[in-house]
Amino acid sequence: MRLGLFMGALLVFPFLASPYWLNLANQIAIATIGALGLNILVGYTGQVSLGQGAFMAVGAYTSALLTLRLGLPWGVSIVAACFATAAVGVFFGLPSLRLKGLYLAISTLAAQEIVEWVVTHWTALTGGVEAVVVPAPRLFGQRLNTDFGFYWLGIVLAGGTALFTANLFRSRIGRSFVAVRDQDIAASVIGVNVFGTKLLAFATSSFFVGLAGALTAYYRNIISWERFTFETSILYLAMIIVGGLGTIRGSLFGAALITLLPAMIGRVGQELQGSAPAIAALLPSVQQAVFGIVIILFLVFEPEGLSKLWRNVKDYFYVWPFAYRRGEGR
Amino acid sequence: MDQFLQLTVAGLGTGMIYALAAVGFVVIYKASDVINFAQGDLLLFGTYLVFFFLVQVGLPWTAGVLLTMLVAAAIGLAVERTVLRPLIGEPIISMIMVTIGLSSVLRAVVHGIWGPQPRTFPPFLPEGQVMLGSAVVSADRLVAIPLALALLGGLALFFRRTRSGIAMRAIADDQQAALSMGISIPRVFATAWALAAVTAAIGGIMLGNIVGVTPNVAQIGLRVFPVVILGGLDSIRGAVVGGAIIGLLEFYAGGYIGHGLNLIVPYVVLIVVLMVRPYGLFGREIIERV
Repeated sequence: MRLGLFMGALLVFPFLASPYWLNLANQIAIATIGALGLNILVGYTGQVSLGQGAFMAVGAYTSALLTLRLGLPWGVSIVAACFATAAVGVFFGLPSLRLKGLYLAISTLAAQEIVEWVVTHWTALTGGVEAVVVPAPRLFGQRLNTDFGFYWLGIVLAGGTALFTANLFRSRIGRSFVAVRDQDIAASVIGVNVFGTKLLAFATSSFFVGLAGALTAYYRNIISWERFTFETSILYLAMIIVGGLGTIRGSLFGAALITLLPAMIGRVGQELQGSAPAIAALLPSVQQAVFGIVIILFLVFEPEGLSKLWRNVKDYFYVWPFAYRRGEGR
Repeated sequence: MDQFLQLTVAGLGTGMIYALAAVGFVVIYKASDVINFAQGDLLLFGTYLVFFFLVQVGLPWTAGVLLTMLVAAAIGLAVERTVLRPLIGEPIISMIMVTIGLSSVLRAVVHGIWGPQPRTFPPFLPEGQVMLGSAVVSADRLVAIPLALALLGGLALFFRRTRSGIAMRAIADDQQAALSMGISIPRVFATAWALAAVTAAIGGIMLGNIVGVTPNVAQIGLRVFPVVILGGLDSIRGAVVGGAIIGLLEFYAGGYIGHGLNLIVPYVVLIVVLMVRPYGLFGREIIERV
């Protein structure tokens, strides 16, 4: 029922919304896919990655260049980009066979810097620091890179990713991801192949991160390396922290909040442009400060993120007017 | 040969600034197991604070530098008390993200107050070029080397001779034993942050002198990682040696090979060290193996 309402709202939304909101919805759809991918690795498998931006770059550049240079149809090149990113993800996941925790995090930081360097310096392939123009994707004769057209592609793929992730963690493979996160030694004792599982987690995660990167390329028509820096990695980590580590709903909430927050502040800025330009000029700093403060506040006060807040609210109404459910200790 | 000498001096000069940034990082990691992604922004704060005191207030530079160090220490204490203390014992991802959030806030504050345009303050490192044999090297980098070494030496003395320095080492060694000897862990964590902020501020002052007062100063924050991994995450000596090696490598790679290779060599070293010897040159070999 609730799911039906949500789906209905999603179907009606593009016919009512202005292009501004459609654009934001599309950004959220892409961010949700990326955040789900990152959450598979960080939230469910417990391997901290600071290389999200790099993996998205691999997805974006692979899909764009396959279409541009080899003339592959966009659908094929997106799928190819996902697999390419999965392969790169496994490669940079190899240190996880030897390293844990913060050492692994630092090695993914190096991966980020190395990929960024390759993108900006392998000029013959990627065009270096110049932007790459991506041909418009078409489906049934319609251009898909308009806000309206892309919306359908975005929600179908985001929904598919969410569905896949939800089912993945009902399966043996997904459970073994969680087992590795919670206690790797215990996991290996009960017969989970820890190394294989970690690499598989890197591959699965990077697959969707690559998808998010490829979609960014097709939605924007133009890609440049600046869209895939360490800042991007931070942005996505913030999404899953704020949303809730290891939850699907959290990936969506986090993606929405982290996308909407700067957009809303920017909108306030436009309103103020006329009346108070001095305050409007400060807004980029305000955006950055709010971003940092939101992360810190969530970590200090609600480490389980928005998805926990959502559950709290739901529980509150469920048991109202009682303080807690019957049979549930305090 | 001349080129070699020039690159060596420039590399060592840069390396010593890396070392100053890395030492603060190591002090925090040693005491409290937190890896601090905001180290570059602490440097940035130092640069702008000294700019504020020297240019906007107009103090003589001794007073300006002292005040900067004082304010930096206060910032370090405040950060530890408000942001880090509630998270003691949380998982690594929380620690990483909280310092990243902190870095975002610090950068926003600097950006909001002083804006993006580059500034300069009156240099107190000597300017101009110095002839070293037949090689031309810039004087500020040449002077930066002994200056940084003296500071780092002072820090080493602090750890060996003073009460709070020894308390810090005791906590790094064994928290429970240190607790039972009556050492206050929160106080030591606070000292560590204050100390890190002060060394970062000094690094920021020197960097501001060499490259100017710009928001780019904060980029050094990520450069610290190759340095501390190479030297060993919990070793001060490692930070100095690591800083020197990474600084030299950057300039040799940039000078002899080019192609922007100086940007990437530190990270390649980082990966190699992590795979071969994760505890670095001087770190303690207690890294958790998988």
